[in-house]
Amino acid sequence: MRHIISLLMENEAGALSRVAGLFSARGYNIESLTVAVTEDPTLSRMTIVTSGSDDVIEQIIKQLNKLIDVVKVLDLNDGKHIERELMLVKVKATGVYKDEMKRMCDIFRGRIIDVADNSYTIELTGSCSKLDAFIEAIDRSAILETVRTGASGIGRGDRILKV
Amino acid sequence: MDSSTHPATDTPAKSMTGADIVVNCLNEEKVKFVFGYPGGAVLHIYDALYKQNGFKHILVRHEQAAVHAADAYSRATGDVGVALVTSGPGATNAITGIATAYMDSVPLVVISGQVPVPAIGMDAFQEVDMVGVTRPCVKHNFLVKHVKDIAPTIKKAFFIAKTGRPGPVVVDIPKDITAHVADFIYPKTVEMRSYNPILKGHNGQIKKAVKLLLSAKRPMIYTGGGLVLGNGAAELVKLAKALNFPVTNTLMGLGGYPATDKQFVGMLGMHGTYEANMAMQHCDVLLAVGARFDDRVIGNPKHFTSQKRTIIHIDVDPSSISKRVKVDVPIVGDVHSVLTDMNEILAQEENQHTEIADWWKQINEWRGVESMDYATSDSVIKPQYVIQKLWEVTKGDAYITSDVGQHQMWAAQYYKFDKPRRWINSGGLGTMGVGLPYAMGCQFADKHAQVACVTGEGSIQMNIQELSTCAQYGLPIKVILLNNRYLGMVRQWQEFFYENRYSESYMDSLPDFVKLAESYGHVGMRITNPADVEGALKEAFDKKDKFVFMDFVTDQSENVFPMVENGKGLSEMVLSPMTQSRLKGDQ
Repeated sequence: MRHIISLLMENEAGALSRVAGLFSARGYNIESLTVAVTEDPTLSRMTIVTSGSDDVIEQIIKQLNKLIDVVKVLDLNDGKHIERELMLVKVKATGVYKDEMKRMCDIFRGRIIDVADNSYTIELTGSCSKLDAFIEAIDRSAILETVRTGASGIGRGDRILKV
Repeated sequence: MDSSTHPATDTPAKSMTGADIVVNCLNEEKVKFVFGYPGGAVLHIYDALYKQNGFKHILVRHEQAAVHAADAYSRATGDVGVALVTSGPGATNAITGIATAYMDSVPLVVISGQVPVPAIGMDAFQEVDMVGVTRPCVKHNFLVKHVKDIAPTIKKAFFIAKTGRPGPVVVDIPKDITAHVADFIYPKTVEMRSYNPILKGHNGQIKKAVKLLLSAKRPMIYTGGGLVLGNGAAELVKLAKALNFPVTNTLMGLGGYPATDKQFVGMLGMHGTYEANMAMQHCDVLLAVGARFDDRVIGNPKHFTSQKRTIIHIDVDPSSISKRVKVDVPIVGDVHSVLTDMNEILAQEENQHTEIADWWKQINEWRGVESMDYATSDSVIKPQYVIQKLWEVTKGDAYITSDVGQHQMWAAQYYKFDKPRRWINSGGLGTMGVGLPYAMGCQFADKHAQVACVTGEGSIQMNIQELSTCAQYGLPIKVILLNNRYLGMVRQWQEFFYENRYSESYMDSLPDFVKLAESYGHVGMRITNPADVEGALKEAFDKKDKFVFMDFVTDQSENVFPMVENGKGLSEMVLSPMTQSRLKGDQ
């Protein structure tokens, strides 16, 4: 099953490689991993999208907690949560594509953030499955380039991951 | 940074170089021995240690041995072991030692030199990314980039190494900052928001566990290296005695329960006794203490769990619980603390009586199989016999180190360890070559103790250069070489699983070990006759101030039994041919 794991860790050199190394050393899946500093500059917040049986997820959480630099770990799937991912897609904007891409962008509530002679760059935010759906919806041969950030997640309401 | 160390307020700061700070930190930690080897990147530190008289530096002959010796020193004493190596090859040579300690959860602080900060990443001479290379085999590691960070980092390194589930911590220090000057303030305490191991067990869980133990019809206590490391042996004995339960130890846990006690059923696992493995498989309530159900211990986990039993598991590391086998009553905490609580709760129970006479009857029937029996011989030395005599001659009170292979299993099976921290071996990583440096670490830990290194002719040659270190420091170690001219365990597997194709497992061109020992100024002995074994051992141990290398020429074809083959269940042991034919005769 797919899980979104959030964690807070010391914002120190090498902290990211400890997490990445743990996943590769123990053979856990990483679908995506995003990390950036928080409002407290000593802390980084990471979101990891992974998949595995309940036993594997339990081990992943335990092993992450065991890393000395990791302050807190939360499996967002344990409760209500929101996930968002940002995607930039450069698509062909010639001939029929010119209108079609604009229309699809509007349907998915995206924005065209760059217009060139032959292409648009579309910015799209949403759950990972929404971004997948956009890719599915447009003509594959029109895609010139895609960049995705991987998911960021946060708990709903009072579910707060903080030190 | 929120993870902070609190400086001592009462001691006035003194200005000194980074190298002097390193040395002063080690003395603040009351380190007695530092095992190491000098080199370019640590020259400032070596100069600083030359000028102090706190700890003693032990010069080994290879960095791997420095880490192994520090590791054994820690296993024997419970203190943090310390090793000091230079950058690049010095650091990489230390890796096997670090990984060995990591797998067996031994607290170490390894200080490695690094190229100067401006040279990092420039492919400088003797540069290696030590923090990167060691990351998968340390509890934690640090690269110190400012002289003012040296003291707080070393303080944290010791704290992390010895608390929670212990482990090795590497502190990588670039050469230039050991020359820089800063005020020396050694923090008194450490607080880290990201690291707070749970030590006290959950009271409700402990109560539940006690109730379960009292209701058991076929109970079993299974303890591992964690019981020894966590100094919980005395509390465990108290608990087992109060309940009259059978106890088994893992390879790493030997000495956690006295082997000569009648409740002890022997070691369990791949080469465990018949009674230990059968009782482990057929018990209804299992108390696991500081053990991790690993592949060499429970065999095939599917087969193991096919038998229904309720498992209580005490461990300081939550990730060890329900990793390979689902546990019913997990108790996260320090084994000593949890067992103390357990004993207190048990003492308050009105009815402490358990009805397990039938279970003991069953266990004694299994004991009747006598799975540790072996064919004796008047003409060729049996390796098991050497260990039995070693136990007698040393009155069961020696520090026994081993290397890895058949001799390791025989030492574990036939030397009856009554005390914790006496059996020093590489259980997790299975590192050939640890035996001799381990013996050095033990002898430094207890200079008047009897220390024996049980080894094979393959393993001993992996760190044979340490014969020189032993000569330099006059260490009266006794090497018990069970010389069968084969890589015995490899040969055994080739015999069982590869139709006797002994691929590269024969040890040809062996040195004359007697002459080799003598060339270092040691005593060498070669024993070929079974009748001479006991006398030779007595003679060797009578030489109280001499290093004696005993080359026992043993039976080439002896195998280790019982054996749970790879992928098989615990109760599917192969017994020795002799035991099998005796059992057939009995019927």
